[in-house]
Amino acid sequence: MKAKVLLSLILLCGYLTAPSARAEDAAPAAPAVPAACELPPYLLATESQLHKVADAVKAGKPLEILVIGSRSTTIPSSESSSYPARMEAILKEKLPPAEVVHVSVEIQSKKTAEEAAGTFVKLMEAKSPTLVIWQTGTVDAIRSIDPDDFRGAVTDGVAALQDAGADVVLMNLQYSPRTESMISAPPYLDNMRVVAQEHDIPLFDRFAIMRQWNDQGQFDLFSPSRGPELAKQVHDCIGRALAQFVIDAAHLGPAQQQN
Amino acid sequence: MTIADQVTGSTIAGTAGAKPAEAKPRVAAPAITLPAIGERELRLDLFRGLALWLIFIDHLPPNLLTWFTIRNYGFSDATEIFIFISGYTAAFVYGRAMLENGFVIATARVLRRVWQIYVAHVFLFTIFLAEISYVATSFENPLYTEEMGIMDFLKQPDVTIVQALLLRFRPVNMDVLPLYIVLMLALPLILWSMKWRPDVTLALSALLYAATWEFDLYFSAYPNGFWAFNPFAWQLLFVFGAWCALGGARRMSRILASPVTMWISIAYLVAAFYVTLTWYVPQLSHFMPKWIEQWMYPIDKTDLDVLRFTHFLALAALTVRFLPREWPGLKSPWLRPLIVCGQHSLEIFCLGVFLAFAGHFILAEVASGPAMHALISLSGILIMWAMAWVISWYKRVADKSGTKIKNAVGNADLAGGG
Repeated sequence: MKAKVLLSLILLCGYLTAPSARAEDAAPAAPAVPAACELPPYLLATESQLHKVADAVKAGKPLEILVIGSRSTTIPSSESSSYPARMEAILKEKLPPAEVVHVSVEIQSKKTAEEAAGTFVKLMEAKSPTLVIWQTGTVDAIRSIDPDDFRGAVTDGVAALQDAGADVVLMNLQYSPRTESMISAPPYLDNMRVVAQEHDIPLFDRFAIMRQWNDQGQFDLFSPSRGPELAKQVHDCIGRALAQFVIDAAHLGPAQQQN
Repeated sequence: MTIADQVTGSTIAGTAGAKPAEAKPRVAAPAITLPAIGERELRLDLFRGLALWLIFIDHLPPNLLTWFTIRNYGFSDATEIFIFISGYTAAFVYGRAMLENGFVIATARVLRRVWQIYVAHVFLFTIFLAEISYVATSFENPLYTEEMGIMDFLKQPDVTIVQALLLRFRPVNMDVLPLYIVLMLALPLILWSMKWRPDVTLALSALLYAATWEFDLYFSAYPNGFWAFNPFAWQLLFVFGAWCALGGARRMSRILASPVTMWISIAYLVAAFYVTLTWYVPQLSHFMPKWIEQWMYPIDKTDLDVLRFTHFLALAALTVRFLPREWPGLKSPWLRPLIVCGQHSLEIFCLGVFLAFAGHFILAEVASGPAMHALISLSGILIMWAMAWVISWYKRVADKSGTKIKNAVGNADLAGGG
């Protein structure tokens, strides 16, 4: 018991001091990022690489990105503020001016991972992107799909996207504190992490990132407000984080970046 | 639920005095041995109380106190403790009833308990319905239009409510009671089999566990999916608890006392702790061989992963070793709040689920922030303690005024709820 108490205390101390240390890390690195979007670097760190994106940018070929998502990919009635649009803008800013970046969005509304994955072969034939960002999990969590089935579906989907010759980034659920007592996210988060690890593809941890913003008080995600302002700001920050994540995972050094 | 239950004996540790008078000539059952009546195992109450507090904290959104819950330090969490102790106490109480009064009466008493748990579950579901209906009508943040899809079931209450009564529709955080209902329903069979051959029963239980993994057995849920705690798998902990209560623990005491067991347990707990650390400090995962990760993940809670079960065993082995039954601290007033909560587990469990709902609600509607969070957690625990104290007090008074002879066979509370 004594040891456990000690352990708890050590972890607690770490927890208490961590935010301030993280903030210091983040501040000098990204002066252009609005304060509200700040994130500790570990939330955007990934070991997996995006080789095809790197090759395309180095060769000066256009960067074609496809975001496959669901209703939380967009903001009702303001498409241009949603995170795919914001990511496109930031990527254009950060990559060399000659680089052509085009982001298209495919919304699979109310579809589970399995249902979405079924459409991938046709989708990829039509679009043939360099990079696919597949955001999934929410519908499965709402319908409490068997997590094993979910993992199988995500695995199949990722394989289909890779077979079609694209780099893949997985994006998990939103952090939604208001529905936390009704939707059980952890099994789906865990399984997406497992698939990402097995396939060595980057996982954009939208859940942890949004929770970080909520916990640090940058955004009040409990807000019941009906206005689109909060959604716009959050999507702006997600778009920025996602752009940075793609650049880092493709190891596009300063040479390929504008700033 | 059992608040006004006068048939039951006292639950106060101090007054649960030894009553060997009732020691009717026991039906010959050399296969199992029960501990002497009246020696209330305060360690069980203590850890069940602890599990109740931890479950409450884990049901709240993550906050500072969440770091004190054991799931951050290893594979298993409070649910394992809870189910094991429930199996232990249920076997202890109803096993005795079966030896003394026979199979039929013991079964009747178990069913009465099952009914209480079922009613508690329906009560909690009603509260959940109230909460979700409120949120559905008051929360329209465009950031979360997709998540609001969870409210879709409100569109067909005719199906949903019936499915809830059938235990097939179970919202988040309401999974433990249905599991407990199923386990309790199986209890007469388990006890009957234990009376015959305890070791064979345990072996059968392990076999069912293995079959669950091999053949993918599960309970289906509504609208789709399956039970979040698979009873086919979790029964292993429950039966293991029952087996320990009926003499298994005593027979294992030599193994438990051996230093080899101790060191294996310590090594395993340290390794598990390291693995959990890699979840929070991803940099550490560099030092984790890929093949171990691939073999180990995912650590499945639904089917009680072997890693979770063994983690619980290691924790239990060390606890039994370093916290002897006679440890004077068990009588200290500092641990009373935990012990009292553990002694009224069904009531306190339900209260905990309700308080977690209420906590979510306050955080969403009134104020959020770490200070509010900590305040809610702490006041929740204080309320649980106060409620447990009131129940104890009421039982003591009711017992005094009632002229009924105390029934040393035990009481439903000892048999544990939820």
